[in-house]
Amino acid sequence: MIAALLVMVGISLLLGAVLGYSAIKFKVEGNPLVEKIDAVLPQTQCGQCGFPGCKPYAEAIAKGEADINKCPPGGDEGIHKLADLLGVEYKPFGEGAAPKGKAVAFIDEQTCIGCTLCLQACPVDAIVGAAKQMHTIVASECTGCELCIAPCPVDCISMKPLGEDIGNWKWRHPVITIQAVA
Amino acid sequence: MRQLFKFHGGVHPPTHKEQSTRTPIAQAKMPSKLVIPLHQHVGNRAAPTVQVGERVLKGQIIGAPEGRLSSAVHASTSGTVSAIEMQVVAHFSGLPDLCVTIIPDGKDEWIAHSGMDYKQTPHTELRHHLREAGVVGLGGAVFPSDMKSYSNKHQIKTLVINGAECEPYITCDDLLMRERASDILRGAEVLRELLYAEEVLIGIEDNKPEAIAAMKQAVGLDGHKHMEVIAVPTLYPGGGAKQLIRVLTGIEVAAGVRSTEKGVQCFNVATAYCAWRAIAHGEPLLSRIVTVTGNVTNAQNFEVLLGTPVDELVAQAGSRADTNRHIMGGPMMGVDLPSGEVGVTKATNCIIEGSDKLFPPPVPALPCIRCTRCADVCPAELQPQDLYWFAKSNNFGKTQEFHLFDCIECGACAYVCPSHIPLVQYYRYAKSEIWQREREAQAAEVARERHEYRQFRIEREKQEKAERLAQKEKAALAAKPAAPAPLPVAVDPNADPDNTLQMRVDADIARANMQLRIDAAVARAKEQAATAQPKNTDALTPEQQAEIAAIEARRAKIREMASGSGADDEPSKHN
Repeated sequence: MIAALLVMVGISLLLGAVLGYSAIKFKVEGNPLVEKIDAVLPQTQCGQCGFPGCKPYAEAIAKGEADINKCPPGGDEGIHKLADLLGVEYKPFGEGAAPKGKAVAFIDEQTCIGCTLCLQACPVDAIVGAAKQMHTIVASECTGCELCIAPCPVDCISMKPLGEDIGNWKWRHPVITIQAVA
Repeated sequence: MRQLFKFHGGVHPPTHKEQSTRTPIAQAKMPSKLVIPLHQHVGNRAAPTVQVGERVLKGQIIGAPEGRLSSAVHASTSGTVSAIEMQVVAHFSGLPDLCVTIIPDGKDEWIAHSGMDYKQTPHTELRHHLREAGVVGLGGAVFPSDMKSYSNKHQIKTLVINGAECEPYITCDDLLMRERASDILRGAEVLRELLYAEEVLIGIEDNKPEAIAAMKQAVGLDGHKHMEVIAVPTLYPGGGAKQLIRVLTGIEVAAGVRSTEKGVQCFNVATAYCAWRAIAHGEPLLSRIVTVTGNVTNAQNFEVLLGTPVDELVAQAGSRADTNRHIMGGPMMGVDLPSGEVGVTKATNCIIEGSDKLFPPPVPALPCIRCTRCADVCPAELQPQDLYWFAKSNNFGKTQEFHLFDCIECGACAYVCPSHIPLVQYYRYAKSEIWQREREAQAAEVARERHEYRQFRIEREKQEKAERLAQKEKAALAAKPAAPAPLPVAVDPNADPDNTLQMRVDADIARANMQLRIDAAVARAKEQAATAQPKNTDALTPEQQAEIAAIEARRAKIREMASGSGADDEPSKHN
C-alpha cells in the first residue's frame, strides 16, 4: 500500500519536473498564431480594417477582438483562408467593405507642390521626393492602400486601376456555352 | 542497332503532313510591312534601340536584350521604322504588346556582318554572339539558346537534336532537314562543342523517311563523328523534350529536375541550323520556315521574314474563302490567332487555316465519367481526371499536390476524352491562377519587408534625433567654462529622486543654466547684427545712393526718438 503510494507520488513528481523543465526550455516567444494570420493578410497596410497596419489587425484577430471579414484587399479568398486557419465560420464582407480592383496611386506632377505629406503617409516608402521637390510614386512598390490621398493638400493623387496586360493575363475558367437544341 | 525506350501513353492523331511536303521550301514574298514584337522569347522583353522614322538595315538590332534571360530582336529587312507601339500579338490572350513596325524599302540591304571560326573563339564569346543574334529555341519554347548552351566540362554526355516534329500538320522541320541537313549538323557540332557533349543523337519520327535519309547522308558525307541519326516511332507527343530524351536514352527526367542534371541537353533542328547561320555567317535570326496548311489550295513551307503579317503569308498559299480562323502551331497545342494582322514570330512554326468544315466547333462538354482514358494516354503519367476535378473546383493546392506543373499541355487527354471536356484549358486556368497567387504572395512579402523597415527607420530616426539633442546640450555646456557659472554642476542623472532638497537645487541649477543660455543667445544675435553687411548696395547710381542716405537719416531720427522714450531692447528693433 505504502509502496504503491510512493511509486505514484514519485511518478507525479518526475512528470511534474519534466513538464516544468520543458515549459521553460521550449518556451514560445510571441504568438505564433499572429505570424500565421499575418502571412494570410495581403500586406497593403491600408488600415481599412480599422487597425494601423496588417500586423496589428493580425494581433487583434488572434486575441479575438476583431472579425475576420474586415480586410477588403484580401478578398473573399482571404476570409476563407482566415476561417480555415482559425477554424471559424466564413463571414461575408459587411456593408460598404467590398473589395475593389487593384490600383496604384498616381501623382499629377504638374499640380504637386512638394509638401512631403504623402511621403510621411506611405506605409511602404513607395513615394520618392523631398521638400519643395516634385514627388512621384514607385508603381512597382505601391500597394494601392490609398493612404496618401487624404493628406495631399492639392488633391493631386489619384488611383489608377491596374489593367490587364500580357504579363499578368490569366486563363479564364472554361465556360461551356449552353445552346438551344430544337 | 540502338535500343530505344518507351514513354508512357501517347496518341496517334491523323498526321495531315503529306499535303505540305509535296513542294520544296518557297521564299515568301516581301510583305508590305513587318510587325516585329519585342518579346518573342522566354525572359525579359528586349528594349527598343531605334526611333520612329529611322532607317534600319537588314540584321540591325532593333531590340537589345535586357537582363540575364533575354534575347536580341532584329530588323528582318532594310526599311524605315514607322511605329513603335502596342499591337496585337500572337498570344492566347489577344492582348497587345510592344511591337516595332518597319516599312520595307525593297532593297534588302544588309548591315555589315561576318562569321567567326567557332574553333578559335572562346565559348563565352560564342554564347554572347548567340544572344546578340537572337537565337532562341525554335521548337516552340523560344528559350534563349545561349542560356541552354552553358555547361561545365563533362557534365553533359548526350546532346539530343530534336527532329521528331510529332504534332499533326507541321512539316517545317521535316523540310528543313531534307534541304539543309549539313548546316543543321554543323550547328549541332557547335552546340556539342559548347556543351562538351560526347555524343549527338538526332531523333526523327519514322514518318519522315526523306528527312532521315537526308540527315544520314549528310552525317556520312561531312564525316561527323559522335553523331547518330535515329528513327523513333511516330507517337504524339514524342517530340516533347522529356519524351524524346526518354525514347533515345532511357533517362527519365523527374519533376522539377533539368535534363542537364541527368547529363542530357536538347535542341531543336531549326535552332541548330540558326546557331550555325549566326556563328559561321554572322546572320542573326531574321527568318524561319513556316508551314502554311489547312484550308488552303497549296499547302506549303515558306521561308518567312519575322514580322510578316499572317494575312499576307496565308494569301500566298491560297487561303480559301470559308476560312474563319488562323491557328499558330498545331491543332493540339496551337494558339488561335486574335487577328490576321499579327506578325510571324520566332515561335511560329505553322499556320493552319481553319474552317468549320476542317475543325468543327467543339461539342458541348459532358460530365466526366471517370473512364481514365486520359490517364492512359498522359505522357507525364499524371491523373488528368483528378486534376480536372480539382481545377474545376478551384482547389489549386490539390492540383499542385497532383503535379499539375508536370503537365506539358500536349492535349492528348482532351483528344481521347469521350465527354469532350476541354481538359487542357482547365489545367492552363489552374496554372495561371497559381502563378497569380505566387506573384501576389511575393508582392505581399516585399510590402511587409518595406513596411517593417519603415517602422524601424522611423524609430531609429527618433532615437538619433534625441541623441543629437542630448549631445548638443552637453557640448554647449562643456564649451562655456569661462561663464560666471555660479552653479557649474550639471544635472546629475543619478541624483536620489527622493531627496527633495537636492531636487530643488537641481531645478535652480537648471533654471540658472537656462538663463545663461538665453543671455548668450542674445549676445550672439547682437554680434551677428553688428557684423552683417547689406549685400545689394554695390554699384548703385548716385540717385539711389541719395535715396538710401535720406532713408538712413530718417531711420536714425526714429531710433533717437525711440531710445529717448526709454526703450532698452534695441537689437530686437533692428532688421
